[in-house]
Amino acid sequence: MKQQIIVSGLGGQGALTLTRLLAEAAAALDLEVLTSETHGMAQRGGTVISMIKVGPFRGPLIPPGRADVGLFLALKNLAVHRLYLKHDAAVFVNSPVPGDFQNIDAQGLARQMGAAVAANLILLGFAAAREGLFCGVELMEDLIREKLPPRFRETNLQAFRLGVAAAG
Amino acid sequence: MGNEAMARGLVEAGVTLAASYPGTPASEILQAVPGLAREAGIALHAEWSVNEKVAYETALANSMSGRRSAVSMKQVGLNVASDPFMRSAYLGVKGGLVVIAADDPGPHSSQTEQDSRFFAMFAKIPVLDPSSPREAKAMVGQALRLSEKYEIPVMLRPTTRVCHARQNVPLFEPQRLERTAHFEKNPGRWCATPQYLRELHRLLNQKIAEIALEEEFYPVLTPGDDSFPGVCLIASGVALAHTWDLLEEMDLLRRVDLYQVNLPYPLHRHFISHIKLHYQRVLVLEETYPVMEMQLAGDQVQGRNTKTVPGEGELTPQVLRQVLERFLNLPPAASAAPPAGEATRPTLCAGCAHRAAFYAIRETFPEGIFPSDIGCYTLGLNLGAVDTCHCMGAGISQAAGFYRAFAAAGEKVPTIVATIGDSTFFHAGVPALINAVFHQARFILVILDNATTAMTGHQPTPEKGLTAGGQQAHPVFMTDLVRACGVRFLKEADPYDIPGFVSLLQEADRYCRGADGGVAVIIAKHLCILDREARKAQPAWEICVTEDCTGCRHCLDDFECPALHLDEATYQVVIDRARCSGCGVCVHVCPVGAIEARVTK
Ligand code: SF4
Ligand code: SF4
Repeated sequence: MKQQIIVSGLGGQGALTLTRLLAEAAAALDLEVLTSETHGMAQRGGTVISMIKVGPFRGPLIPPGRADVGLFLALKNLAVHRLYLKHDAAVFVNSPVPGDFQNIDAQGLARQMGAAVAANLILLGFAAAREGLFCGVELMEDLIREKLPPRFRETNLQAFRLGVAAAG
Repeated sequence: MGNEAMARGLVEAGVTLAASYPGTPASEILQAVPGLAREAGIALHAEWSVNEKVAYETALANSMSGRRSAVSMKQVGLNVASDPFMRSAYLGVKGGLVVIAADDPGPHSSQTEQDSRFFAMFAKIPVLDPSSPREAKAMVGQALRLSEKYEIPVMLRPTTRVCHARQNVPLFEPQRLERTAHFEKNPGRWCATPQYLRELHRLLNQKIAEIALEEEFYPVLTPGDDSFPGVCLIASGVALAHTWDLLEEMDLLRRVDLYQVNLPYPLHRHFISHIKLHYQRVLVLEETYPVMEMQLAGDQVQGRNTKTVPGEGELTPQVLRQVLERFLNLPPAASAAPPAGEATRPTLCAGCAHRAAFYAIRETFPEGIFPSDIGCYTLGLNLGAVDTCHCMGAGISQAAGFYRAFAAAGEKVPTIVATIGDSTFFHAGVPALINAVFHQARFILVILDNATTAMTGHQPTPEKGLTAGGQQAHPVFMTDLVRACGVRFLKEADPYDIPGFVSLLQEADRYCRGADGGVAVIIAKHLCILDREARKAQPAWEICVTEDCTGCRHCLDDFECPALHLDEATYQVVIDRARCSGCGVCVHVCPVGAIEARVTK
């Protein structure tokens, strides 16, 4: 099993949470995993990218044209980070408008839910339900329950399920 | 995360004192230590020292008492700690001392991309270079053992890509060393005067020569077949990891000889002669300076010095792939399309009090000079209220220097407003302030006090009265400190109140220019907006923009709150409710009063 995933967003959108969940999922499945993340200044609203490499890799970075999956929390990042994707990559984008990718208006749904910060989990639920990821919906739900702060457990689960439902 | 893995490594290796000053990419190491120690039931003193030099010296004395010790910092932190670092090579240690200096090739979040391995070589201190979080964790124990065997500090040098990578790592039972603190007096060594140093230097040279023969650190060969006779690759750190993945992708793994170096300084003596004897073409891949390349030096060796590898910058897979293709005479793969869009630059958070302070400073003194410092507030750059950003504490000394430059040249002295964060003030601002006051410089110093080290993940400052482990301690008050520096004009204010802050700035300017003027200090006090409790405690306003908005863009261009947007259709400003913190500051910003506020809680 080898899968290379990028998570692209703006600082504060929760790209790191998705990265952590995906890493935990790999560990739960007994798969080797390496991730890299953006820290420091860019976390204050700047463009950030995380990379998750599942399988027997040694380096944490994904070379251009090698990512199997792209999760985009911001549509405008597609232009910046598209170069990492394989031409046949599965691409999931938080965007109300469709394009040459699978889109879901995660931001809008999150706002309706009254939890604007949970858009990241909506996108994750959507991608997991479309079977874009190495791990399934149930495992992710378990991890959200166990690994994220209990204070937001219900909101997070609700957001994730909203994404799953939207996948049709 | 790599940083957490190293923290766990410290706990497992029986370290009893770990000290640090936060800085990306090293911050999460010490951050993780108290929790991991508690979990394992280990007694360990963890502290956020006021700066790296203090952290180093504190850990050093623990080691002189026979106990295992650690100090961690970012690479430029080692510049601050360089004084004790250099001398500790000569005088040595007792209990193992591991110096974790985290480098930032790129750089992503630093003022330089200097190579701490080079610093280690300069100091004659051995340095380990991990290629993954797993190795980083294992090397903590290796470093401490080596340190104790030779009574020498040992550096562990991870890079950003190791610090911030996550990987599953094996856990081991923590070692319980049960060593009592024992300090053996030995003035010839611990107070070494020049007469002893020559001998200590000779001993140091001897230690390094012996370490260069340690079997444990002979580079690890992954042999090739005979596809590339007389050719080899030598790599260390994360460059090795990327090279490995690339060779695999290019179907070249185990076809060309590949050496992984774990101890780039001192490079194994027999390894150097082996390479010279057996290879005609050698490529060295390392970040960021040519440390191994210099030790291997010879006609057959290529790397950063020979320009085979770019002389600067991170060795990402993109860069390495081209280097490998050229060196191995392979046809270049189709290069990836360059990014079609521009990255979004970071900005201060919506509701950040620094924004209010910077805005007030720039509006009050449009002609001013604004030296600043390192931290979140460097983002004041976007607001035109930061003109310099050099290194920790430099803003204050530079303000004094600018004052001198203009005063001595007989020019009209512009208003000089230095800004510095609270944590940075404790770190390196105090000596600079004493110096400026004593030498009668005249400028305004605004200390941006949000009671935390926000940029690196909210480590407490001494004023907070909380230790790294979360215990209460007697706070050290900023105001006491500023007064003790001899400052005669000291006011505190909340920058959210822009009109009040502006008049305070004007008052401070009058003081600076008065007959008996000097340094005027304003402490801009407001808790960091990311502090959830603080945010709950402050009133939240419901903001609306009225029809009066003329679309002048003043609030967008000069204030830059990320919650304000221009509606392209109406050419009027709208508020992004999801991002607005309700701080109400923008009300003071709009020149036509088009932004209004109603209290909601
Ligand atoms: S809200 Fe005020 S400052 Fe902002 S664009 Fe409109 S008129 Fe100008
Ligand atoms: S109240 Fe105004 S300045 Fe404060 S966060 Fe909202 S839009 Fe920004």
